Amino acid sequence: MYKSWLLITVALFSAGSVTAEEEGGIGLQHAGTDIANSESLQRGARNFMNYCSGCHSLKYLRYNRMAEDLKIPESELPGNLMFTTDKAFETINSAMPADSESWFGKQPPDLSLMARARGTDYLFSYLKGFYVDKTRPWGVNNLYLPSTAMPHVLQYLQGLQKPVYKNEPDAQGNARMVLTSLDIMTPGVMKPEEYDQFVRDIVNFLDYAGEPVKEKRQSMGVFVTLFLLVFLVFAYLLKKEYWKDVH
Amino acid sequence: MAGERLLGWIDQRFPLTKLWKEQVSEYYAPKNFNFWYYFGSLAMLILVNQLVTGIFLTMNYKPSSAEAFSSVEYIMRDVNWGWLIRYLHSTGASAFFIVVYLHMFRALLYGSHRKPRELLWIFGCLIFLLLMAEGFMGYVLPWGNMSYWGAQVIVSLFGSLPVVGSSLVEWIRGDYYIADATLNRFFALHVAALPLALVFLVIAHLMALHEVGSNNPDGIDIKKHKDAQGHPLDGIPFHPYYTVKDLVGVAGFLLVFCAVIFFAPTFGGLFLESPNFEPANALQTPPHIAPVWYFTPFYAMLRAVPSFAGTQVWGVLVMGASIVVLFFLPWLDRSPVKSIRYRGPIYKIMLAIFVLSFLALGVCGLKPPSGIYPTLAKVCTVLYFAFFLLMPWYTKFDSVKQVPERVTGHV
Repeated sequence: MYKSWLLITVALFSAGSVTAEEEGGIGLQHAGTDIANSESLQRGARNFMNYCSGCHSLKYLRYNRMAEDLKIPESELPGNLMFTTDKAFETINSAMPADSESWFGKQPPDLSLMARARGTDYLFSYLKGFYVDKTRPWGVNNLYLPSTAMPHVLQYLQGLQKPVYKNEPDAQGNARMVLTSLDIMTPGVMKPEEYDQFVRDIVNFLDYAGEPVKEKRQSMGVFVTLFLLVFLVFAYLLKKEYWKDVH
Repeated sequence: MAGERLLGWIDQRFPLTKLWKEQVSEYYAPKNFNFWYYFGSLAMLILVNQLVTGIFLTMNYKPSSAEAFSSVEYIMRDVNWGWLIRYLHSTGASAFFIVVYLHMFRALLYGSHRKPRELLWIFGCLIFLLLMAEGFMGYVLPWGNMSYWGAQVIVSLFGSLPVVGSSLVEWIRGDYYIADATLNRFFALHVAALPLALVFLVIAHLMALHEVGSNNPDGIDIKKHKDAQGHPLDGIPFHPYYTVKDLVGVAGFLLVFCAVIFFAPTFGGLFLESPNFEPANALQTPPHIAPVWYFTPFYAMLRAVPSFAGTQVWGVLVMGASIVVLFFLPWLDRSPVKSIRYRGPIYKIMLAIFVLSFLALGVCGLKPPSGIYPTLAKVCTVLYFAFFLLMPWYTKFDSVKQVPERVTGHV
């Protein structure tokens, strides 16, 4: 009786846990990032500082913390990764002036926590989701954030994509155009696989920036769990010893 | 011995030994407690965890709408071990509700709310009510976008009350919208007023428990059979027997608790919701506003009730009633036996339906109100109330088994 109660509870809770629900025709692409891969994080930091940090800040991350966590010598920072300040203890601010809101219609958001707010798969898909759209101010739209205010900064690397539609009649038989894929229209300097890796490194770096302690937390967790397992065994033996005389 | 002399000196001035004996070393508890009896001591452990980690969070948190969000990130990144303290606190909030829900379910299993433990149950219900207020206000403090819009939705519920509604909402917020003034007062209530009231109620809860004695899985009174010294034959001193047994519960709990903290502190967006990693923004709502998981059963009931006679107040009243009805449980139950072990099939079926509808309501409250969920929520709301409101009849007519004189075994 009681065991079945437990089972029911467990089953319902697992059924009720939230999963990201897909929207639109094409689902999110799997980012496949790994915060334990410090080479990828270093490349991601380089890519971010060179292509993103002009507009986007990481205002909760400090240069010296990043250097320490990513195993980059602090002497390498000036000129290579640190462009807006000469003090390594400062946070990563963008070069955007306060009135930049009028440039794009909105202030480019701070990206410190974007990976935690939207997820790595979203960021990966977003950076791959730009396609040509002459009705937009920058000539591009984004599959995963329609009417995005951001221009396709990485167009030189990725090239320009065009949307491919298919006619899929709806339930009533009316003609309906469904976006099925994005195809490269004019190639960029990178091959698609190279671009994927380039973007993956940025997303990996943003995942790190969202919670710098994440890797340390997980490796500590292994030891905490092992200790508690041993503690559980000893606590159980202690209980058994004390309860020997209870009949 | 210097130690004994010191103790003697204290005992002449303060009843230290007397209290220890009465409350711990000579408090006789039934020897047949099972799995479900771990959750009281675990709730106490989590309360202490929340108080201690809360104190350290307060040292670095800034309760202002301009700085709150950044100060939480400061704790997560720049304060030594701040991330651990914060995760202990945020995971502790969810763990508190899990443990308290299981603790309350235990009462439904074994009739722990029945005479003479009605006041014990009522103190417990008050603790649950305060815990909900504490959880809600604590959720607003990080000042993320879900904090902001969650507060907006919940506080505006009071606005549906007739006549006083709009001025009441303004009074709660201290402004015309959720703003700095709201954050300040929620902080004051969350760190001072409510914890103080919670601690007092927990003491009252324990005093009432130790006055009447613990119930047990057989739901029988162990004080009926005593030995020559006047100790219950089926009772054992709380210390050392249950202190060492609860230690096993603590170890098992910490194993799960720490696994969440170290490997999944957001718990897939259930314990820390993704939109709350974006700062509060009065101009942009999150794509789907849902309260934290532990409120969703009640939130689902609120949404399940349609507006009627031009007002939404009925949903608010139903949600309020779903809590208020708990207080009457000791008088709704008319069964001659306490424990589910000696009750008939009707109570078992009703309890199973109740648990399933409560869990289903929890899922409904998390999901957007579309598809099957609105209908499911309506059905489950009816079933939730049916469990309580029909109880006087079905417990009276249900068959019962012979209750033994003495407790039946122990684990």
